[in-house]
Formats: sequence, C-alpha cells, structure tokens
Amino acid sequence: MALSNEYIKEKLIAKFGDQVTGFEEQYGLLSFRSDKELNLKVLNFLVEEETLQFGFLTDLCGVHYPDHKGEEIAVVYHLHNMRENVRIRYKVFTSIAQPDVYTATGIFAGANWMERETYDFYGVNFIGHPNLKRILNVEEMDYFPMRKEYPLEDQSRIDKDDEMFGR
Amino acid sequence: MSDNVLLPSGSIEKQTTTLNLGPTHPATHGVFQNIIELDGEKIVAADSTVGYIHRAFEKIAERRSLYQITPLTDRLNYCSAPINNMGWHLTCEKLLKVQVPKRVDYLRVIIMELARITDHLICNSIMGVDSGAYTGFLYVMQYRELVYEIYEEICGSRLTTNIGRIGGFERDFTNTAFEKIERFLKEYPAVLKEFEDLFTRNRIFMERAIGAGPISAERALNYGFTGPNLRAAGVDYDVRAVAPYSRYEEFDFEVPVGSTGDSYDRFLVRNGEMWQSLRIIQQALQKLNDLKGEEATVYHADVPEYYLPPKKDVYTKMEALIWHFKIIMGEINMPAGEVYNAVEGANGELGFYFISDGGRTPYRLHFRRPCFIYYQAYAEMVKGAMLSDAIVVMSSMNLIAGEMDA
Repeated sequence: MALSNEYIKEKLIAKFGDQVTGFEEQYGLLSFRSDKELNLKVLNFLVEEETLQFGFLTDLCGVHYPDHKGEEIAVVYHLHNMRENVRIRYKVFTSIAQPDVYTATGIFAGANWMERETYDFYGVNFIGHPNLKRILNVEEMDYFPMRKEYPLEDQSRIDKDDEMFGR
Repeated sequence: MSDNVLLPSGSIEKQTTTLNLGPTHPATHGVFQNIIELDGEKIVAADSTVGYIHRAFEKIAERRSLYQITPLTDRLNYCSAPINNMGWHLTCEKLLKVQVPKRVDYLRVIIMELARITDHLICNSIMGVDSGAYTGFLYVMQYRELVYEIYEEICGSRLTTNIGRIGGFERDFTNTAFEKIERFLKEYPAVLKEFEDLFTRNRIFMERAIGAGPISAERALNYGFTGPNLRAAGVDYDVRAVAPYSRYEEFDFEVPVGSTGDSYDRFLVRNGEMWQSLRIIQQALQKLNDLKGEEATVYHADVPEYYLPPKKDVYTKMEALIWHFKIIMGEINMPAGEVYNAVEGANGELGFYFISDGGRTPYRLHFRRPCFIYYQAYAEMVKGAMLSDAIVVMSSMNLIAGEMDA
C-alpha cells in the first residue's frame, strides 16, 4: 500500500490532535508544523511509527521571517521514507529572542552538522547538541549572517544604485 | 635530552600525537582540515574543520534572479557542474510548472551522465593516485578532457559550465558535439576496461582499500548518506530510479550496490555506475534519433518569461526586446510557493529547497549538499584504523570542498 499524504495526516492528528497544524500540500509534498517543544516527539513518532517510518533526514535548515512576530525563525526538516519513497516537510517556529530548539542529533547522527550550519547562519540554539559551534563561518563572527536584517551588499555604497530595478 | 630542544609543555606526558591533514594537504584535494589523533599509527580520534571556501551562495542567491543563480550552482560540485545546473533548472521548472519537450530531456540526460562519468573517473583515479598508482589517472584524464571539449562545444565553457537554461538549452547541440559524444562512447569503454584491469584485482590496491573505512547500511542512513557511498553500503537508493526526472524512467539501467560499505566497495560502485552511464547515453542518442518532425529539432520549451529570445529578434522585434530586458534585469515575479527538488548528483542526492514569496528573487534557497552531510561520518569511519587508511577513506568518499562549503 502506498503511503498517502491523507494517511500521514490522519496518523499525526490521531496522535497529536490539534498540536500539529498548518497542513499544506505544495507540489505534492505534505508539509505541517507544530510547537517547537514537540519537535522530538513528532520526529520520534515519524521515525518509529510502524506504518510511517520516515527514517531518513534529508535536510535540515533555517528560514528567517522577520515579520512573523514571536516566531521569526523556522527550522525546517525534510524527512524521507525510502521504502515508499514519500517525503514530508516538518517545520517548527521559534522566536528570535529565545531561539531554543531541541536537537535532533539523538535521532539522526546526520543532524549534527546540519544543526551546526543552522546555528551558524540563524543562531538557532539547539539544546543538547554535542558540539554546537560555527561550522562554515569564522569562529570570531559575532552575528548570524543569513538573518534578513543583514543585507547582502554594503548599504553605505553610493556608487551602486539599483533602486530602479526593484531589488 | 639536550637542553637546546624546547618541547611544548605536556608533550612528554601526552601519549598520543596530533596530526593535521590539511587544510592544504595534497590528499585533501581542496581545502578542508582533518585533525587526527594518533597512537603510533593508529587513529584514536578524528575531527574535521570545513568552511575554508565558504562563499555564502545561499545568501547571494537571495538577491539574484533565477538565471543568475545557475553560475552559483556550478561552483558547488565543480567536478560535475552540469548536474548541478540541471538540478537547478529542474527545480525552477517545478516551481514555474514548465513542461520541457522530450528532446530537451534526452539532451539533459546525455549531459548529466557525461558529468557523472567525469566525476566518478576523477574520484576513482585520484583514489589510485592517493594509494600510489598514478598510471590509471593519466589514462582516464584524457577522456575527461574529451568530455570537457563536449561541454565546450555545447555551452562554451569547461569546468564551471553554466549549461542550459530554464526550459531547455541556450542553443542546439552542434554536429561536432554529437561526433565527440560518439567518439567518447566508442573509445572510453576500452579505457575504462583498462583502468579496471589496473585496479580491481590489483593486490596492492585491494590491500589498501578492502576493509578501509567501512560503514553499515544502518549507520550510513542515520548519517544521511546518499549516492555511491550509500549504495556501497548495500542500499539501492538512487533518485534516478525511485523518483525519475528528465524521463529517466524510459531508460534501462542498473543501480550497482556494494555490501560492506568500505572503500573498495565505493570504488566498485562508482566503476559500475560509469558503465551504466555509458549505457544510458547510448540509449539517449538512440531516442534522439527516433524523434520525428518538430520534436527532433526543438531544444527549449516556450517560456518567454525566463528563456531569453534569440538575439536577432531582440534587435528587430519590440516584444523580444522587452522580454530580454525584463529577464536580464530580473524584473519577473515568480509564483509564491515552496518546492524541494532532488536530482541524483555524482555524490548523492543533490537537493534544492526553494522558498519563493512571489518576489523576483528566492526568499530562501537551501542547497542540500550530499558531501557536506556524509562527511561528518568521517571521524567515525576512520576511528581505529591506520593513518594510511585515513587517506584512502577520504579519497573514496569523494569530498569536494566546493560542495561542502557552498
């Protein structure tokens, strides 16, 4: 039996009730979210539930939404059930003032560097991570460069005005 | 002991030796550092430092229109840049819901499989170099050169190709390109056979590679391995087979797998894949020949918003000029949405997570770089091995610094 998105959704709602929300299906990929405190419970459920078995962490990354007050930073997990070849996307949101999210390294060894990368760029503090330090940027860096408040180009430059081009 | 020698404090009491492999060690083939703690010749612990060539592509991409991001993807895995390019175009096409003609898919398959061959031949022959066998490398390098000539014929550049456009190719393949592909298909099998003869049953190479850095299928999956490294551990996961894109489902090919996940299996899997890639290219050429009528000449989809009009139209027609201007200035709003698209890169699953908020540039673009993810297993794989194994394991994992650091 192929694993359908409706089935996954039913399973999640049966287990977590209204704590999992925001179900969406864009381009055929089921996406949902929950409170950040629940992330390990949800991940564990997805991995261990016999009919789900999303045992492969494809990707983990951060996104910054400065306009979403109180939940500015998203941590996005892409999970994959390789047997059925079904992917899902799971998001948790955290405030930028206290960006604490539990680490998934206990479930996926591969989450280690991906979480370090997310910390490096967005400053998400993964609680319980064995070695949470910068990975791609220099260690002396004192800000988190992928946050939207850091523009790409030097704003003090006056020789380069591309206002006309709408970017 | 002489009083003239100033030993660092603690060096006598310390029982182990710390050795830095890299950042610019010949065996790292790129800049990244492996710190290895040795007891005699035995590795007791290892750690890796990456990020020496981090270029903030994800940040840059947030200020670039789609066509300007293609050259950024070139510089991820620069040994097989065309696969990255195609992966990016496919992601954009998925977001924009563009259907490409049959012929474009076949041409893309040819390019991607050529790129896979060049990537694997580099990896495997460098593994030979690192274990003391230089000859095989020289044999196959000639054919990488031929493939680069093919790229040059198609897109004008060799290493960082920027090949193809959203919707297809910027120009059709020339006859010279097809002649060179034919020549490659005719001559390369003999060279690959000779290469295999030099290595696969070579006593010295086998002693070096068998049992070096093994990883079980379970650990490999837990670490997020994909591509040849995962298949060497016995998991037959190949994006081309399980979630075909570019009409891979029409092709007949096998997915080679290993069993022990050691360096030798990784080598064999890559060799096996090169043979399969040759088969796929052969079939793609056949399918191209079978196309009739208009299908046999079209080389791009009709997407005026993203595909540059021909230059002669730009100079003579108003509409073409407007599109040209709008594309070049990046003045086109994309549909909003989130898309994850993966292709089978030479190292594994190369994924693009693209969030569009309906603006002119991606709101967020994340590259899932296979080698960044699997390299974290290196410490575990070499622990307890000898120093010489550390080198072979590193070569056999096919680490590309550009892809790791993005």
